[in-house]
Amino acid sequence: MNVLAIDTSNLVMGVAVATEQKVLGELTTNSKKNHSERLMPAIAELLEKVAIQPIDLDRIVVAEGPGSYTGLRIGVTIAKLMAWTLKKELVGVSSLEIVAQNGRYFDGLIAPFFDARRGQVFAGLYEMKDGAIVQVVPDQLVLIKDWLAELSKLNKPVLFLSNDFDKWGELLRTYPFAVLGESTQNVPRAAELARIGIQKKPVLDIHHFLPAYLRLAEAEAKWLAKQE
Amino acid sequence: MNVDVKKKTMILGIETSCDETAAAVVENGTVIRSNAVASQIDIHRRFGGVVPEVASRHHVDQITLVCEEAMNNSGISWDDLDAIAVTQGPGLIGALLVGVNGAKALAYAHQVPLVPVHHITGHIYANRFVQELEFPLIALVVSGGHTELVHMKEHGSYEVIGTTRDDAAGEAFDKVARTIGLPYPGGPEIDKLAKGGQPTINFPRAWLEEGSLDFSFSGLKSAVINYIHNEQQRGHELNHADIAASFQESVSEVLVKKTMIAAERVHAKQILVAGGVSANSKVRSEMERAANTRGIPLSIPPLSLCTDNAAMIAASGTIGFLKGMRADLSLNGKANLAIEDF
Ligand SMILES: [Zn+2]
Repeated sequence: MNVLAIDTSNLVMGVAVATEQKVLGELTTNSKKNHSERLMPAIAELLEKVAIQPIDLDRIVVAEGPGSYTGLRIGVTIAKLMAWTLKKELVGVSSLEIVAQNGRYFDGLIAPFFDARRGQVFAGLYEMKDGAIVQVVPDQLVLIKDWLAELSKLNKPVLFLSNDFDKWGELLRTYPFAVLGESTQNVPRAAELARIGIQKKPVLDIHHFLPAYLRLAEAEAKWLAKQE
Repeated sequence: MNVDVKKKTMILGIETSCDETAAAVVENGTVIRSNAVASQIDIHRRFGGVVPEVASRHHVDQITLVCEEAMNNSGISWDDLDAIAVTQGPGLIGALLVGVNGAKALAYAHQVPLVPVHHITGHIYANRFVQELEFPLIALVVSGGHTELVHMKEHGSYEVIGTTRDDAAGEAFDKVARTIGLPYPGGPEIDKLAKGGQPTINFPRAWLEEGSLDFSFSGLKSAVINYIHNEQQRGHELNHADIAASFQESVSEVLVKKTMIAAERVHAKQILVAGGVSANSKVRSEMERAANTRGIPLSIPPLSLCTDNAAMIAASGTIGFLKGMRADLSLNGKANLAIEDF
């Protein structure tokens, strides 16, 4: 199975091409965003380098969120349109689950998170079980203080993986159970996305496949609050 | 430059600049093979206007559906397409990005050229579904986002000779409608209400400096709001129909006069009116009368093509395609974009 994996859910832009047995190519940047300008050329370049035509793909796997709303829409739109028009399978994978793969072999819990402003983070909890990373607590939008309080009750070491330690590292280090990931562990890898995407079931309705924003648009939230 | 408009071309257009997700296939820039539009009006009504984040989310939900409908109804296959034309801007950036990235994915998947389109040129080219353009022409583009007078010397050549200095005309319609308690979108509601009223109130007309072709509608909007406020303070009963009729009279008088001045200045052989506000019955009838008096042919697209759609993007994209305009896979959406570059 030839798989194209796409992740533009956060600062990192990742593209990979893989089969069940082999990673054929991977492209990762962790700097400027500009995903709208760079993603499609990156996909074209990588596919050309690994000598795979778009039509020879079997499945497109995309990081579905949580993350930057704009980033998610760029990745999901391109994945959707390619899958739909080329009649290929489409798979969505949690953006946090991709990062969690980098905590493999850690003896404890794995807590990837993305900053979500206003003291909040998009966070999930994972652990390794029978050789695979499985979810312990669903991905959610949570105040980081509340999240840390919840994790401290578990009495286990927790490996935090995030590109946002500039902002939250200092706070995390005040918790004795917290272990902070190395720079290489904090970057989601599109090849991991491809690997877990191969194991998942494709979406049934490509048309209505949407990013997992995990947060309502502000106007919608306000409108709903007013209805109560 | 010379555009060979007789060459047969088949273009898929994609439009997501505001609150309509749209795709269409157009033949030769003049024949609509298919025209799919998913409108979000009902979704934004409860907010009283278009919410960019909500619009962007709905575009992702609708984009493959409208493309599928457009391709299925066109009677052609991907191999028959000469190019994919997409609105690059101006518009809501988050909304534009869905169309632009979707178009890039399609262009790449099918190895078809990609043509960037300026949204306003789309509104202008909606007229080409009605009759052939005659140059030089003056196009008045009026919508919730734009009030522009564009001078065209030939196909694919655009010069803005007048623009609004504050609110767009359609914006003024929406705000006045809200003030008198009409639902969103306000334009059609004011039009309906005005039919039962008389233009008895003398609201201001902003002519600006002598000879200026620019517009200003914020003063008019404030004048209407002040009038309502004053009348209420005096305990007078408001006649909403008269307010709507008077406001509409003021807007259309300015739009029509400035368009005629522009047309005479460039010796226009044709006047085009496009954009959402060209659906307004007062603007239409006054424009017709003024153009008739001067003997200048007037073209206003049918109501269904006045609002945002992708057929108009494909029509303008056809000209861009024939002119040799191409975008590569790094094409990005732009909230602001100069029409002169297209
Ligand atoms: Zn428009």
